[in-house]
Amino acid sequence: MSILVNKHTRVLVQGITGHEGLFHTQQMLAYNTNVVGGVTPGKGGEWVLDGKVPVFDSMKLAVEATGANTSVIFVPARFATDAMFEAADVGIPLVVCITEGIPVQDMLLVTNYLKLKNVRLIGPNCPGLLTPGESKVGIIPGNIALHGNIGVVSRSGTLTYEVLYAMKEVGLGASTCIGIGGDPVIGTNFIDVLEMFEADPRTDKVVMIGEIGGTDEERAAEFIASSMTKPVVSFIAGQTAPQGKRMGHAGAIIERGSGSAAEKVRALQSAGVRVASHPEEIPDLLV
Amino acid sequence: MKLQEYQSKHIFARYGILIPRGRVAATGIEAKNIAEELGGRVVIKSQVLVGGRGKAGGIRLAKSPREAEEVATSVLRMQIKGLPVRKVLVDEAANIEKELYLGITYDRSAHKPVMMASSAGGVDIEEIAHQSPEKIARTYIDPLLGLRDYQARDIAVTIDLPRPFWRSFIETAHGLWRVYSESDATLAEINPLVITTDSRLMALDGKIVLDDNALFRQPDLAEMRDQDSEASAEREALKFGLSYIKLEGKIGCMVNGAGLAMATMDIIHLYGGEPANFLDIGGGAGADKVAAAFRIILSDPNVNSVLINIFGGITRCDEVARGILAAMDDVKTEIPMVVRLVGTNAEEGLRLLSEANMITEETLAEAAQKAVAVAQGASS
Repeated sequence: MSILVNKHTRVLVQGITGHEGLFHTQQMLAYNTNVVGGVTPGKGGEWVLDGKVPVFDSMKLAVEATGANTSVIFVPARFATDAMFEAADVGIPLVVCITEGIPVQDMLLVTNYLKLKNVRLIGPNCPGLLTPGESKVGIIPGNIALHGNIGVVSRSGTLTYEVLYAMKEVGLGASTCIGIGGDPVIGTNFIDVLEMFEADPRTDKVVMIGEIGGTDEERAAEFIASSMTKPVVSFIAGQTAPQGKRMGHAGAIIERGSGSAAEKVRALQSAGVRVASHPEEIPDLLV
Repeated sequence: MKLQEYQSKHIFARYGILIPRGRVAATGIEAKNIAEELGGRVVIKSQVLVGGRGKAGGIRLAKSPREAEEVATSVLRMQIKGLPVRKVLVDEAANIEKELYLGITYDRSAHKPVMMASSAGGVDIEEIAHQSPEKIARTYIDPLLGLRDYQARDIAVTIDLPRPFWRSFIETAHGLWRVYSESDATLAEINPLVITTDSRLMALDGKIVLDDNALFRQPDLAEMRDQDSEASAEREALKFGLSYIKLEGKIGCMVNGAGLAMATMDIIHLYGGEPANFLDIGGGAGADKVAAAFRIILSDPNVNSVLINIFGGITRCDEVARGILAAMDDVKTEIPMVVRLVGTNAEEGLRLLSEANMITEETLAEAAQKAVAVAQGASS
C-alpha cells in the first residue's frame, strides 16, 4: 500500500514534448510508471519515445482516449496555470505540478477553484511523488529509494533525496515520498499528507522535512499532537537563514516576524516530534 | 520587488485613490520649483527602499520653497541604512485629523488575500499586530469573487470609522484591491491613510511589493526596479540561473537545491563555522554554471574556504565531478575546497576529484567539519 500513487496510477504528462517533459517521461517509463499519454497543443497525433507514448492536443482528448486518472505538469510557468485548470475541468482527480515560478495570485485562484472541484493538487514547484517499486510521478530519482514502511513528506527537492538516500544506506525504505513544493501557496500541505500517512496501513513512521517560511510546520505540529499515533521525525532547514530574504524557494522567507526555523523546531518538539540537527541524522532517529 | 513610495502612490492615483499633490525631485532646485508650484508648505521625503526613513531624518517638513531647497539638498546627500538617497518626493503638506491603516496581502495557509485595517495608522503595522492585535480588522477576500462592498463596510464599522467616511473608504478599499490584483502585488498598503481636516480620505504614504514571478506580464512595473536595493552579486547570479544570497561568514557554499543549500549552511553553523552565502546551483551542474558559481562565491573577500555539496540523482556524480574539475581549470584559485558528493555514481566522482588533489568527504557532517577546520586554519 501507499498513498496517492501506486501501480494502478495512469499518468498523463502535460508538456510532454518539452525538454523537461520528455526527459522525465522517459525516466518515469524506466521506473515502470504507467504513463498512458501526453498533451502538447498542436502536436496531437504524434508519438514520442520510440512510438511508445501518444501525444494529444488537449486534456479532454487525452482523457477520453486513455482513461488517465493523474496528470503531471511540466509546462513553463506562464502556461502552467492554464494547464492546472484544464486538468481540473476534465475531471482528473490528482494533479502534480512540477513547474517553478508560477505567480502567487494565479495559485490563489487555482487552489480555490480546484478545491471546489475536489481535485487534489500536489505542488507547484515540487519534485512530485514516488511510491518505490510501483510508481513515480514527477522527478524524484527512482534509484535512490527503497520500498519500505516510512512515509516521507517534504517542501524540498534534493534535501529529500538526501534523506531517502541516507535511509537507503541503512536499509530503510519509503512507503510513499511526497514533495509538496517550495512555493508559498501550494495545493497540499503537511497536514493533508500526515492525515493520509496516519490512515495508510503500510506506513509505520513518518519523516517530515520542513523549512523556513509560513506556519505550515507549526500547524502540522498541532495536528501531530492531537491526531497522530504514528511517530514523526523531522528536520527543518534554514536555521541560519537571514530575515526577509527568499532562500531559493519562493516560499522560504522569514517575514512579518514569523516563519523562523527556531519557532518550527520548538512547535514540533513540544508535539513530541524528534527533530534532527542535520539531515544525515534522520535514519538514526527512525531506528 | 519593492516599489518606491512615489511609484506606489502614482499607481494608487490611477485607481482613484486620493493622494497629495506632489512630484519627485533629484536636486534642491527642482524641489524648490515644485514647492513653489504647490504653494509653500511641503514635505520632503527621501525615496529609498528601507523602513524607518522618518527616524533617520529622511522625511522633513519645509515651510517655504527656499527651505524646501535647503532640506532637499541635505536629504539628497544622505545615506539611509547604506542606501543613497537619489530622489526625494516633494508633497504638499496635509492637515491631518486622524491616521488609519489599510493594506492587502495574502494568507499562505488560507489561500486567500486578506484586507487589514486599523484605526491606529502611521506606525508599523507589525508593531500594532504584536502589541494590540485587537486593533486590527481583517477580512479574507475570495480570489474568485474579489472584494465585495459589504466586506469593506464591515471593516469600516470594525475600526469605528465615522459614517460620513464610509462611502469614500469603500471606494478606497476597492481601489486598493484593484491595485493589488491588477499589479500582481503580494502587498499593497496605505500607511497612513489619513482623514484630513477638510474631511477627505487621502493616502499619505504607500508601499507596493510585486511578485517577482509575475513580472513577465507586468512589463511597465518591472521597469521600475531600483538597482540600489539589490546586491550586484545577487543580480549577477540570476543571469546564470543561480540563486545567491551573501551572508556574513567565511565558508563559501555551493549546493544543488534550495532546501539542501539551507541545510548545508545550518550544518556549517552546527560545527562552529559560519556560511558566507546561500547558493543554489539548480539542476544539472555543467562546467560553465559551476565556474560562474565559483566566481560569484569568490568575489566575496571574506571567503577563505568553500564547501561544495552536491546530491547526484539524475545528474550523475561523476558528471558533476568533471564539471567541477573543468571549472577549476577556468577559475584559478588558492582557496581550499572541500567537496562532498552523494548519490548516483558518487564513488567515481569522489575518485576523480581526489586524484586532482581536492579535499573530498563522504558525509555532509564530515565535509562541514573539514570546511570549518580549513577556514579556521586559514584565518589563524
